[in-house]
Amino acid sequence: MGISQNEQQSISALVGHYTQLPGALLPLLHAIQSDLGYVPDSAVPIIAKGLNLSRAEVHGVISFYHDFKTTPVGRHTVQVCRAEACQSMGSRQLEAHAKQTLGIDYGETTADGAVTLEPVYCLGNCACSPSVRIDDAIYARVDTDLFDDLMSGLLTEEGASK
Amino acid sequence: MTFYIPQDTTALALGADAVASALQSVGIEPVRSGSRGMFWLEPLLEVETNKGRIGFGPVTAKDIPSIVDALESDPASHTLYQGEVADIPYLKSQQRLTYSRAGLGDPVCLDNYQALNGFKGLNNALQMTGQQIVDQVKDSGLRGRGGAAFPAGIKWQTVHDAGKDGCQKYIVCNADEGDSGTFADRLVMEADPYQLIEGMIIAGLAVGATQGYIYLRSEYPVAHKLLNIAIDRAIAANFLGDNIQGSGKTFYLEVRLGAGAYICGEETSLLESLEGKRGMVRAKPPLPAIEGLFGMPTVVNNVLTLAAISTILEQGADSYQNFGMGRSRGTLAIQLAGNIKRGGLIELAFGVTLREVVEDYGQGTYSGRPIRAIQVGGPLGAFLPESQWDTPMDYEAFAAIKAMIGHGGIVVFDDTADMAAQARFAMEFCVVESCGKCTPCREGTWWLVQILRDLEDGKGSEADLAKLLDLCDNIMGRSFCALGDGATSPITSSIKYFRDEYIAHVTNGACPFDPIASTLFEGADA
Repeated sequence: MGISQNEQQSISALVGHYTQLPGALLPLLHAIQSDLGYVPDSAVPIIAKGLNLSRAEVHGVISFYHDFKTTPVGRHTVQVCRAEACQSMGSRQLEAHAKQTLGIDYGETTADGAVTLEPVYCLGNCACSPSVRIDDAIYARVDTDLFDDLMSGLLTEEGASK
Repeated sequence: MTFYIPQDTTALALGADAVASALQSVGIEPVRSGSRGMFWLEPLLEVETNKGRIGFGPVTAKDIPSIVDALESDPASHTLYQGEVADIPYLKSQQRLTYSRAGLGDPVCLDNYQALNGFKGLNNALQMTGQQIVDQVKDSGLRGRGGAAFPAGIKWQTVHDAGKDGCQKYIVCNADEGDSGTFADRLVMEADPYQLIEGMIIAGLAVGATQGYIYLRSEYPVAHKLLNIAIDRAIAANFLGDNIQGSGKTFYLEVRLGAGAYICGEETSLLESLEGKRGMVRAKPPLPAIEGLFGMPTVVNNVLTLAAISTILEQGADSYQNFGMGRSRGTLAIQLAGNIKRGGLIELAFGVTLREVVEDYGQGTYSGRPIRAIQVGGPLGAFLPESQWDTPMDYEAFAAIKAMIGHGGIVVFDDTADMAAQARFAMEFCVVESCGKCTPCREGTWWLVQILRDLEDGKGSEADLAKLLDLCDNIMGRSFCALGDGATSPITSSIKYFRDEYIAHVTNGACPFDPIASTLFEGADA
């Protein structure tokens, strides 16, 4: 996937910033992802050169961790917790509902580019399950009605910021 | 009157920010405290009055006007009134050491921390030699709280003695709390982060390490924010950095974020990840205490282990050692979660039974239905039926029933849970989260999933149960780390205790449960 020259430059700048840090690869990948929303394939050779690693090593790390995305994601990331505590409180219905109302499966983005849906394994909010994370905010005791409210809230917020 | 409203993940997830805004709109600026861990009462609004510190919960923004009115006249008349917070039986009956400060005030306020005995342990440690600190930890009987329960003092002694004089050593805090049903680490980091920082500095003094890392899971954005604020303030106040409090000692601390890999909670995999590599498990030996991070001697301890260090150095090894039973000394942070009426953090000396926790503290299921099974110790813990609930919560007693306390998480399932489906889910999780190094874990769990899926689809037979157990037997003890070894507990325990449910899948010719609702179909005989 091609990226713009600006993006290329910001990746190079970030790589330069992290070269002296011990164990820099994960912090660097997080920084690139928080900047661009994902880690483009074209970043791999720049990172490899900057950190004195092989491209295979960099690719190996990106593909090992669930957090790192290699394609653009939606403007918001919605994670539904699938772990045991949430299952015991009905998260399977919630998962099915989320997929159905958004019309996408896990790992996919809605056609308007607003929402990427992902599974997550535990948000540490297990005494008030089921849990959902939308970007950096976590919500507890999410039933299907609350999920719908949260989604329409997201869309209203988007409309307002346009 | 001072008002307190928590800023921890659970309180925020239940609308604490909206409550804070509602208070501000009537001219009250609340202190954003940590949570007490009574999550069933969150958001819990606490008010310091001339009659003591009273609580209202769970509150929403629209309750604020009536609470403010009630405070003027008769607080006890309000329906959400909980009385004096410290007297709520759920809290009062606990033995809080690690969580003694949780919820009392602003977690990132240094003055508040010091007013509540914070950094006293560090001050004591600064007067001692490294060996004296290590001896204190040994005498306390503290065992690693991450799950493996290894004696912390012995680990520290190894790092203390390892390497040439002056070689770089590291303190690594394992804050990759990935087990479902656990939030004890999160609560320490969000309600009392300085306690962890203090424990890490003391660990550095003990073994001669000058650099610490907190490896934090990326699923904890609130803890990440609060830890970074706390570290910045600790640096500014010279509790971190060079010449700590004029002692000539040095300790630097940094938070590193994980990236969503469950296996990185395993200590050697965590070290690989910190070094910027794939989180592949390392062979032991060499132990991380000898060759750890970047090949140097490294203490890897869980958040709760390091947090307990502050208490031990403040109150003395003897006082800590007085809590607990047998070889399990001190207190255990029990996390009550899942389908439970009163979930939360319960800190008690070792030895309380599972039944007491679930029935007395938890008050039964949230749904009001009977409990079918309790899973203790995370996704790879055993499913325990009622016959096992009188087991005391102690590392050895749990090992004796082929279960584990692990990190102390308890997940309760009501009678709509399909145990065979839960076992299948646990194995699917292992397939995804196995680092892939050891064949029994990587391939074995995949085969277990195939057999369990066949059972769910009605293509299984009773002979499959023997095949499952045989496979489990071949996975156990044949992997480098606890993920492979522990992977089989959900299957072996569910076949042992809930065999009739597996048989029902066979005789029914399909799953007798609704796969989505996991509710027993009418008339199905499971």
